[in-house]
This record gives sequence, C-alpha cells and structure tokens, in this order.
Amino acid sequence: MESLFQRSAGYNLKLAFLCILSITLMTVDHRFNHLRFIRSLLSDAIYPIEYLVNIPSTVMDTVAENAKTQTMLRHQVERLQSENQAFKVQQQRMDMLIAENKRLRQLLGSAERLQHQVLIAELLSIDLDPFRQQVRVNKGTSSGVYIGQPVIDASGIMGQITEVSSLSSMALLISDPSHAIPVELVRNGLRSIAEGTGQSDQLSLLYLPQNADVRVGDRIISSGLGGIFPRGYPVAVIHEIQYPPAQPFAMVYARPTALLDRSREVLLIAVQKKLSAAETESPEKTRLAPKVDAVD
Amino acid sequence: MLPLPDWARPFRPDWVTLVAIYWAMATPRLFGMAFAWIVGLILDVSQGTLLGQHALGLVLITYIITLQYQRIRIAPLGQQALIVTALLILKQTIVLWANGLVNRLPEHPLIFYAPCLFGLFLWPWIFIILRDIRRRFSIT
Repeated sequence: MESLFQRSAGYNLKLAFLCILSITLMTVDHRFNHLRFIRSLLSDAIYPIEYLVNIPSTVMDTVAENAKTQTMLRHQVERLQSENQAFKVQQQRMDMLIAENKRLRQLLGSAERLQHQVLIAELLSIDLDPFRQQVRVNKGTSSGVYIGQPVIDASGIMGQITEVSSLSSMALLISDPSHAIPVELVRNGLRSIAEGTGQSDQLSLLYLPQNADVRVGDRIISSGLGGIFPRGYPVAVIHEIQYPPAQPFAMVYARPTALLDRSREVLLIAVQKKLSAAETESPEKTRLAPKVDAVD
Repeated sequence: MLPLPDWARPFRPDWVTLVAIYWAMATPRLFGMAFAWIVGLILDVSQGTLLGQHALGLVLITYIITLQYQRIRIAPLGQQALIVTALLILKQTIVLWANGLVNRLPEHPLIFYAPCLFGLFLWPWIFIILRDIRRRFSIT
C-alpha cells in the first residue's frame, strides 16, 4: 500500500512534457503534412474499434431488411423494375446523344469528355467531431482511394477525400465551412464558388454581384475549374437570395442536391487514374495535379 | 462514438472524457497522464480533429485530478458532478481554443458547452455504473 500523502514530483514535469508534445503535434499537424502517415497508421489501428461500433447499426439494417413482408418486397421490386425501364429508355437517348456529342466535338477539334470510373463505398456510422462536416468511408488505399478524390451519391456531389488509411478514409463534405467548390449555373453558365456553411442543408455562393442573373430554383453544377471535381455533376439548388444594400455582393444560398446527412452508400469517382491513361488533350488534364490543400 | 440523429449531435455528451475522469479519479495509479494522452490522441484520430487537441485537454484534466483525487473522491455525488462539469468546461475550452487557432470555430460557441451540461446530469449514472464494474472486478 502506498502512502496516502505521497506526491511524486514527476507530475509537473510530466504535465509540461505532454503539453508541449500536444502543442507541437497540433502545430505540425496544422502547418505541415508530415503527420499524415502517423494519422493513417493510427486510424488503421483503431479500425477494429470503428468496425465494432458500426455493428449495431449494420445489424439493425439487416433486421429491418429481414422483417420486410413479401408484399413490401413485391412492391419494391415493381417500383425498381419500372424505374429501371425508365432509365433504359433514357439510356437509349443518352447513347445517341453521346455519339452525336462526340462527333460534334471532333468537328470542333476539342477534347473528348471522359467517362469516370466509380467505386462504391459505404459510410461507417461513427459520430465524428460534431462541428465539422465529415464522414468516414469504409474504403482506403487498398481499394485505390486517394486524397482529393471526389465523393458523390446518387443525386449529387458530397465532398472529397481528405485523409486515407489502408482500410478507411475520411471525406470532407461540401457543407463544411472550410470547403469550397467551384460551380456554375446550369441556366446561364455563370461561375461562382459554393462554400459550406457548417449546416448540412446549406451552401453559400460567393462573389455574385447584386445584379447577377440568379433566380431561386436555379440548379448549380460543378464547373471543374478547381481541378478536383469533374465538370457537370449536380451540386445544389438555389433556394434563397438576399440583396443587402450595403454589400457589393448578393447573398445567395443553395441547398445541396446530395443527401449529405442521409446517404449510406457513396460513390468515389476515379478521375486521376482515368486521366493518366487517357491520351486526350483535356483542358482539365494539366490542372489535375493532386492539389490536396486547395480547400483549406 | 455511437451515431445520433442530426439535431442531437451538438449535445452529444463527451463519453470518453467522462469515463476517463472516473478512472483517473478512482484508480490514479493505473490511469495516469500518459494513458490519458494516448486516449486523447486516439480520440483525435477517430474524430478527425487536429492531432493533439483532445490529448492536451485530457492531460490537463488528468493532472488536476491526480493532484486532487483524494478530495474529489470523498465529495458527495452532487458536488462531484459540479466538479466534473467544471473539468469538462475546461476541456471544451481547450478544444475550442485549438479550433479557434486554426479557424474552425463553430457558429455558436455557446452550443459547444452543451455537452458539459449533459455531463452534469450523466455523471451520477456513470459514477455508479463504473463503480459497480470496478468492484465486480476489484480494480484498485
């Protein structure tokens, strides 16, 4: 039994040491990229824990799936079949349009658009820092995920990969305040930057002058200018415009089309790989160096 | 780490810190500052925050507890909950400062302190549950 009043003199020293270590770590983590390796190692180490945490919700999903009645399933199959039919009809027109587009582009002598390869990943349902808009995805470098890779869901752009380890990776959503994505309006091609606001249902469009041709309900798509996101994917729909009299720019708010807080399955688009293989002189090609910190 | 609905996210109690406070208080010889630092680092990695901010907060808290655990341990449960809340506020402030230094401030800094308030109400339960666990396995 140790003495009740024993006080080891090492406490203060230990405290000072650990504090300095923490502050150094924070500084290095913020200023430089050296800690990326350590971070990915550590997140590999805690992957089993995350996997365990994820089990309850996976089990719940499975149970819910098994508890569905036959009629519900039949309805679902019918719905999916009709959806599939509709898509097939659209696809027929798409094929024709793609061919035509290709021909026109050849006539114009401009580069061909690229088809992107996608990788399906699932979100790990783990609660992260509640004040950052991030998600953890269950695919890592072992599946070819790289930093800066765009993440989309079925209805629009969700974000981009900011950290990778071998089994999982972290994606920053477009609604994070430190994230900005170059966009353009579908209706008139007006370019802007959509910045996150920290709320999962709102983005704000920057640098649009008061007299810009913007309307509520306008759809905005990625413009591909930043070099990270491919062009033409839907980003958001404008739902509120304010004209504060004293400001040079209008305040335009948009709602992301992707279900940022609800999607369970996401798609990772492989832009880089495709480009290095393609021999086309895409204007995007030169800009596609993996600019990782472009968002910070 | 358990997922919660979206509206409840800012109010999510800081489980890791609460549990860490208990172990630092009940078994200061086992759960020292170095251990707290490692736990904080794991928290940073899993939450995607700046490496070291939770670690710094946890180390400071554990330091205070290591010096004062004999007093905190014999305090009545209500007072203990107040002390724990004060510690949680200290830790949140450190995390907030670290966030502020790198411009990741939340929109309403006051909501940032909501988990501390929850800690106040949760502490008695955590204390009782963990004490039972500790007695069952007779960890000292």
